[in-house]
Amino acid sequence: MSTIVLLLITGLGLGALYFLVASGLSLIYGLMDVLNFAHGSFLTLGAFAGWEFARRFGADSWGTFLLSLLVGAAVGAIFAVLTELLLIRKLYERLIEQVLVTVGLALATVALFEGIWGQDPIYLTAPAWMGGQTNVLGASIPNDRFLYIAAAVIVLIAIVLFLKFTRFGLIIRAGVENRSMVTALGIDVRSAFTLVFAIGGAAAGIGGVLASHYNGYVSPYIGGSLLIFAFIVTVIGGLGSLSGAAIASAVVAVLQQFANYHWGIGDLVVVLLLAAVLLLRPSGLLGSKA
Amino acid sequence: MSNATQTTNKPSVMDFLTRPAVKWVLGALLVGFLALLPMLNLSIPGVLPGATYTPGTLQLLAFTMLIAGLALSYHLIFGVAGLLSFGHALYFAAGAYGLGIVLRRFEMELIPAIVITLVVGLLIAGVVGAVSLRVTGIGFAMVTLAFAQAGSVLVRRNADWTGGDEGLALDTTHIPDELVGVLNTRNLYWVCLAVLVLVFLVTSWFEKSRAGHVVAATRENELRVRVIGIRPYFVKLLTFIVAGVLATIVGMAYLLLQSSATQKIITADFTLTLLVIVVLGGVGYRWGAVIGGVVYTLLDQRLTVLAGSEAIAGLPDFLRIPLSEPLFILGTLFILVVLFLPGGIAGLAKRVTRGRSNVRAERDVLEEVV
Amino acid sequence: MNAPAPSDSILTVRNLSAKVAGQQVVEDVSFDVPATGVTALLGRNGVGKTSTIKGILGLIERKGELTFAGERIERLRTHKIVQRGIGYVPEDREVFSKLSVAENLRLAERTSKPRRELVDNLFPDLVERAAQKAGTLSGGQQQMLSLGRALINENRLLLVDEPTKGLAPIIVSQVADALAEAAKTVPILLVEQNLQVVRQLAEDVIVLDGGRVVYTGKAKTLLDDETLIHRFLGVSGGDSHPAPSVASATSAQEERA
Ligand SMILES: Nc1ncnc2c1ncn2[C@@H]1O[C@H](COP(=O)(O)OP(=O)(O)O)[C@@H](O)[C@H]1O
Ligand SMILES: [Mg+2]
Repeated sequence: MSTIVLLLITGLGLGALYFLVASGLSLIYGLMDVLNFAHGSFLTLGAFAGWEFARRFGADSWGTFLLSLLVGAAVGAIFAVLTELLLIRKLYERLIEQVLVTVGLALATVALFEGIWGQDPIYLTAPAWMGGQTNVLGASIPNDRFLYIAAAVIVLIAIVLFLKFTRFGLIIRAGVENRSMVTALGIDVRSAFTLVFAIGGAAAGIGGVLASHYNGYVSPYIGGSLLIFAFIVTVIGGLGSLSGAAIASAVVAVLQQFANYHWGIGDLVVVLLLAAVLLLRPSGLLGSKA
Repeated sequence: MSNATQTTNKPSVMDFLTRPAVKWVLGALLVGFLALLPMLNLSIPGVLPGATYTPGTLQLLAFTMLIAGLALSYHLIFGVAGLLSFGHALYFAAGAYGLGIVLRRFEMELIPAIVITLVVGLLIAGVVGAVSLRVTGIGFAMVTLAFAQAGSVLVRRNADWTGGDEGLALDTTHIPDELVGVLNTRNLYWVCLAVLVLVFLVTSWFEKSRAGHVVAATRENELRVRVIGIRPYFVKLLTFIVAGVLATIVGMAYLLLQSSATQKIITADFTLTLLVIVVLGGVGYRWGAVIGGVVYTLLDQRLTVLAGSEAIAGLPDFLRIPLSEPLFILGTLFILVVLFLPGGIAGLAKRVTRGRSNVRAERDVLEEVV
Repeated sequence: MNAPAPSDSILTVRNLSAKVAGQQVVEDVSFDVPATGVTALLGRNGVGKTSTIKGILGLIERKGELTFAGERIERLRTHKIVQRGIGYVPEDREVFSKLSVAENLRLAERTSKPRRELVDNLFPDLVERAAQKAGTLSGGQQQMLSLGRALINENRLLLVDEPTKGLAPIIVSQVADALAEAAKTVPILLVEQNLQVVRQLAEDVIVLDGGRVVYTGKAKTLLDDETLIHRFLGVSGGDSHPAPSVASATSAQEERA
């Protein structure tokens, strides 16, 4: 029993990180049909920014930690917005080239991060509580997992409220369904493009700071390694579906933890799950686009 | 457009050079010249590390040709069939790891080992293709990526077979002596040249075959192909398998040349590199894939040398850091090509020689993909 | 070809060509839309009516000269063109199925003074179903919603593409009445296969064939001439019986609900 609880909660903690990356990927793809390979770099830069901030202001205090999340979010958002304005927008309606540009950006920025911060992991410190454990139904759960889950839930709620109750949210939801009809109602849908990049970049930046605590270090590669799983989660959940991304994040990560614990083949199970879902339901669990 | 006046009725040198028969003769001459390189003492300072007969240079040239061959096989999937695969590294790795494992574990002679590896590559490409082609577009990209990831995980987890992080060293017990050791680099060079020529011939032949025409037609208009009564699925699968087997062949040559296989050849980044090469060279052009492979590999090599040079070390940080990262420069170059040079190097060459501005058409070729 | 536009037209189209999926589907089309009344754009299936409308709005690749209310618009992006005062009711309605009825209407509002009352009075059904997802509406209700989205703003021109396609006869007449009401205040370019509806609403007609204009004139002249109808529309227009072949073909599909 305690093993199950442990795997479940640690799985959800990992799923929270997946969601922070996948939510932006899914919104961006849903609205713009762009598979954003640079998303991992948003995350990595957010992580480095959070770390640079925290080490200057005392990494073991809660205040610094929370502010480092904000710094990560802001840096991720700015990076994402610049990407959209300077690269993606230049290639309006040229979908393949937009994807290619994000591939180039991912390759170039990872190399740049290597140049600036080196290839080796940089270990970091956190508020002491995060290193401790809490007993839940007999299982000792590392405290940081609760934090990841809480952060993902807050981000999810914030995005849902934004989508539901603002005009921009309305435009984004409509655009995900039928972009050209939105423009045919006299709305400049491109402002929504910039906005989803900002939202996705901010979520990825938060995800970056948290992922660096999850790993215990920052490195130029943390974005890339999460990105592949986030892609898988996004596709399984259904491209463009936020709730799909949330559910798939949880399912995939929990499954991965269980498979890892019992047979040591978590990654493989995720891959097989993706293949199975795509073959049975090509549009993903909650997707409507083919 | 400004050059439109050049297009007169007089047969120009360029028209002559691009006639099919002439092209083949020129190609044969080029191959003959490349075959003679190990016997010549040519130096291209700044491009090659030394004279052409030195093992180091031959090694680099051979490696370049293999990357060009691999890019050609990717061109079949991406440029001809219009399928955005993120898992092409899998078949290359199947060749390299497959041959390495068969040689080491089953103690076979080289030729039967090659045959077995080929069959394995064929089976993997067949199964993965059959499954992933059931979905289209981004779904296809993701399933191919997922299978390649699965391969990558298998390689990582079965370290006693694959060498894990260390990589798998070539077991030379059953390799003919002529293909082993630095002194025999020229033989390996010829093997690699032969592989590139083979891949090029197969690719050309496939593109000109009926299946090649049909698959190119599906890229442009799947519906129309269905209407004439052909199921696009099977021609796509055939293309996928041919490309996969070619990649396996290149992978085997890679193992012989490098004497080892490492995990980096089965990463998603490796497939992305192929994508970059094909786009850099020019999507849809056979020569583009070859030239892209050559340019990319040589640039990567030279930039790495440059990064370690003293000239760079003396620069201020904001110049030194980017300039000492070859991948940063290559990635940036790639972005610039996508933004400003649709059609890549081959497209540019065509525009210059034909004096036509075809930017639109080049972009449309790209948009037909997926 | 380049005849000067009559001063009383709201939209002039000159030498419009448009492409869909790389194919030329509208070629060198020129016509005027008068500043009042309903102008019908007719032609058999696949002749390029929808593409003409999308070309005007810049929803597909096109070239040519477009003048709307005295201003050249062919270089503007779609949303800018629409903001000049065009309401668009697309073929197949294209309501946002995952958005509620109210949200569909709210999204369409371009000014701070939307004409909610007008829409509510015209389509009381929509008021009741304001919170319902548009995807769960019947075909007729979706068409009302699509019309509502166009009517909620004060426009200077409506582009309406086959608003009665696939609807039951009783709904067809409701839609026609709504259009007649709208036409009192705003000119309409209407694509319509149901010749009864054309007869009821349109003063002028433009007929396309193979992506080109083959006839322009008064609606009555065309509709009263069996041979013209047969030649251009490939149907018989018998006005004694209310169900000519096109109309019966559409009503046979009924509403999918
Ligand atoms: N998505 C599409 N792909 C390919 N061809 C299309 C597409 N949409 C329309 N067409 C072609 O464009 C032509 C004009 O279509 P359209 O403007 O919709 O005609 P209409 O509205 O008069 O029925 C038709 O011949 C049709 O086959
Ligand atoms: Mg139509």
